[in-house]
Amino acid sequence: MSRFKDLQKNLFGGTTSNARQFGMIFTLVAIVLLFQFLTDGLTLRSDNLIALFQQNSYILILAIGMLMVIVAGHIDLSVGSIAAFAGILVAKSMTEWDLPWPLAILFGLAIGAAIGAWQGFWVAYIGVPAFIVTLAGMLIFRGGNQFIGNANTIPVPEGFRVIGSGFLPEVGPNTGYNNLTLLLGLAACLAVVWRELQARRTRHEMDADAGPLWVSILRMAVMVGVLAFVALRFASGRVGTSFPVSGIILVALVILYSFYTRNTAGGRHIYAVGGNSRAAELSGVKLRRVNFFVMMNMSVLASLAGMIFVARSAASGPQDGNGWELDAIAAVFIGGAAVAGGIGTISGSIVGGLVMAVLNNGLQLQGVGTDRVQIIKGLVLLLAVALDVYNKSQGRFSVIGSIMRPFRREASATPATSATGTEPAKTTVSG
Amino acid sequence: MSDAPILLEMRSITKEFPGVKALSDVNLVVRAGEIHAICGENGAGKSTLMKVLSGVYPHGTYDGDIVYQGAATRFSDIRASEHAGIVIIHQELALIPELSITENIFLGNEPRKRGAIDWKSAQRQARELLARVGLRENPDTLIKDIGVGKQQLVEIAKAFAKDVKLLILDEPTAALNEADSRHLLDLLRGFRERGITSIMISHKLNEIEAIADQITILRDGKTVETLNIKDDGVDEDRIVRGMVGRELSSRFPDHTPKIGEVFFEVRDWNVRHPISADRQVCKNESYVVRRGEIVGFAGLMGAGRTELAMSVFGRSYGVWESGTIIKDGKEIVLKSVADAIAHGLAYVSEDRKAIGLNLLDDIKTSTVSAKLSKITKRGVLDEVAEYKAAEAYRKELRTKAPNVDEGVSKLSGGNQQKVVLAKWMFTDPDLLILDEPTRGIDVGAKYEIYGIIQRLADQGKGVIVISSELPELIGLCDRIYTVFEGQITGDIARQDADPETLMKQMTSTKKMQTR
Repeated sequence: MSRFKDLQKNLFGGTTSNARQFGMIFTLVAIVLLFQFLTDGLTLRSDNLIALFQQNSYILILAIGMLMVIVAGHIDLSVGSIAAFAGILVAKSMTEWDLPWPLAILFGLAIGAAIGAWQGFWVAYIGVPAFIVTLAGMLIFRGGNQFIGNANTIPVPEGFRVIGSGFLPEVGPNTGYNNLTLLLGLAACLAVVWRELQARRTRHEMDADAGPLWVSILRMAVMVGVLAFVALRFASGRVGTSFPVSGIILVALVILYSFYTRNTAGGRHIYAVGGNSRAAELSGVKLRRVNFFVMMNMSVLASLAGMIFVARSAASGPQDGNGWELDAIAAVFIGGAAVAGGIGTISGSIVGGLVMAVLNNGLQLQGVGTDRVQIIKGLVLLLAVALDVYNKSQGRFSVIGSIMRPFRREASATPATSATGTEPAKTTVSG
Repeated sequence: MSDAPILLEMRSITKEFPGVKALSDVNLVVRAGEIHAICGENGAGKSTLMKVLSGVYPHGTYDGDIVYQGAATRFSDIRASEHAGIVIIHQELALIPELSITENIFLGNEPRKRGAIDWKSAQRQARELLARVGLRENPDTLIKDIGVGKQQLVEIAKAFAKDVKLLILDEPTAALNEADSRHLLDLLRGFRERGITSIMISHKLNEIEAIADQITILRDGKTVETLNIKDDGVDEDRIVRGMVGRELSSRFPDHTPKIGEVFFEVRDWNVRHPISADRQVCKNESYVVRRGEIVGFAGLMGAGRTELAMSVFGRSYGVWESGTIIKDGKEIVLKSVADAIAHGLAYVSEDRKAIGLNLLDDIKTSTVSAKLSKITKRGVLDEVAEYKAAEAYRKELRTKAPNVDEGVSKLSGGNQQKVVLAKWMFTDPDLLILDEPTRGIDVGAKYEIYGIIQRLADQGKGVIVISSELPELIGLCDRIYTVFEGQITGDIARQDADPETLMKQMTSTKKMQTR
């Protein structure tokens, strides 16, 4: 067991969140293989993989924003409604006001920013809990969508549909594969190798043990293998299909936001606020700005997701985005974020979202009805988080513990203070 | 009085917390019908003792015996002790502001009739109880609509509703004004005439002298003495002497201060309470700090030391009213913590777990968290720089951890405090404000932290140390300000600082003549 732990530590860097991600990736692979077996190879077929990506890219984009919202200690229930609201306005802007589609996309992002500023204002500057602000937003913007569209469906022009249903074009010699997809896969493989070497160099510069070389090589080999396999699958689909444009947008956002949350001061501040907002404030973090930003950012991503969905379904309708908030939140929590904030990663949330997506897809391929799919998804969410809670209660952090932090802190602080420093007696004891 | 039967006897009570002995071999004898005061410095163990008595720390978590009404008792929780007639009224009142007086009095103890609450009877009883404590107020009034003094009376009425025999009051007059305090003390005298026994924890020595029959003094978790106020002719000075003891051991590294010019000055600082706007927390306070100087702030709980420090540190406490800060001859305005950090201030908070650290972080993340700009290159955090900085501090401060990837929640109190110090040293401050820097830390780590503080001062930084432990202030500081009720009441040089002088200034509004 300890050998396994060592391996896991070596392969995934050894911190708690990484260990959790290891578990999630493992789960994802297991689910994929399970359905591959149950569906007689349907799951990993090119067309299914492509469809899976297209159908879920917008949820995964939402999960990115939701992760940041949840890490900061909030929640956003309005993303589905905002997506629908932005979608209908963008559709209308193109069909009725003849806005060219690239401008319409910018227009859509601006709508998201405006809505985000509105919600961020209430959360950050007035101090209304995000749950309430976004519950209100959920109603307001759902109603707004139906008010503006008269509860009708509005079609969108061909050019716009690219972001939802477009693919990398066919260029270059006929290799039997989509060349750009192959190139993309190659670039990804190189990036993986480069990052691994970079990480080793960083460890060396820190005078820290970088771990045995064979571990790095093994890790690189596995990653490159998986990427190559996926790239070939995407490249070898039906002619005219390849890696979807929405997938490219998603990958770009994942890279961008992973970098932001991990490697910039702004990202650190989000974790600091979610981990202990008072301590963050006393360390010079501008609490309001951080809260405003995460709420606003979420709405921008929600409007982007809405546009991608509209582009994919070729029209904006009154029921767009129904229930998305719950899928996004579920992805984030399955991906290891803590309910009380301060813990979670973008990559974890993406993996969490993929677990749900594969589950959904696999069950549908098997002909399981949506009723039972929902039941199973609900149970998976519950079990994933319950397992997490259980693990953390045994070890370092407990999700429930973090929720109860205000109470626990008082309780644990009392013995410490009365033991050594001052007048405690702050705990309320009567009743 | 001293021949009255013994109501309560606590025999050689010892209570340990991980790493610390909060009480060792404490004895307390309370006779029926007396007012028994318990005195001691902050952290002497008064509240812990009362928690043992009232069952907050149940039987089995401490050593020793409690004999109550002639029989050994073992309380399993607060309910058990309340059932026996022991009711404790905490400094922070346990009333629910949105409920009425009646509802509060009978909370958890509601009179019932066939399963439903019998409000009629509750109302009637509430009226009687309010009359007993001398509170003329409609029992339907909400708690939030009456003042603190009256709320205190409601707490006492609530105790009577539980048929109290031994009433314990923890700092009952701390939040009250003069008139309310007097009324409360009169009430306690009235109870004594009716045979109710009270234990009163108080810092206000004049009140104790005026009202108590017996006084037990605790120091460092031990009983120092029990005195009879009248027979032993106890006065305030006598109590102070008992509280602070005589000996000051050499628990401090040798240090020759290198004190320079005044570089930091706060003038006429006025701050109001963040919620109750009529409460002035800092009243026209002024002080100076010199380069290389360690300045102490002494004051009892609630004197406003932390509030003073935090309000200066980027207005992170209360509502700022007026006052100026002058640094290096220039007036500076610190509207936010970020401003304060940029101007070279650092504040190490008294409660490192609640507001000093993000317990989810590891050592390196914590170390750099107050000045990320220092490790940012072109907008990107430099992990190597972060690691190296954290590692350097870990070695310099001798933080005990395998490496800087260790989570701070896994560290001991002393090592956590070193991480917090590292975090603020990393910001290159000119002035460090350390609020209770050694709270919850064992003796060895304390010694190390004192050494760090002295080294920082020797680098030409100014250091402010806020502490509840007088020996610590006397041993460490070059100069000590005393604070009482939001006012600076004394400015005492090291050579003049002794516990008695300090304690006197810490408990009176009379301003000592500044040198």
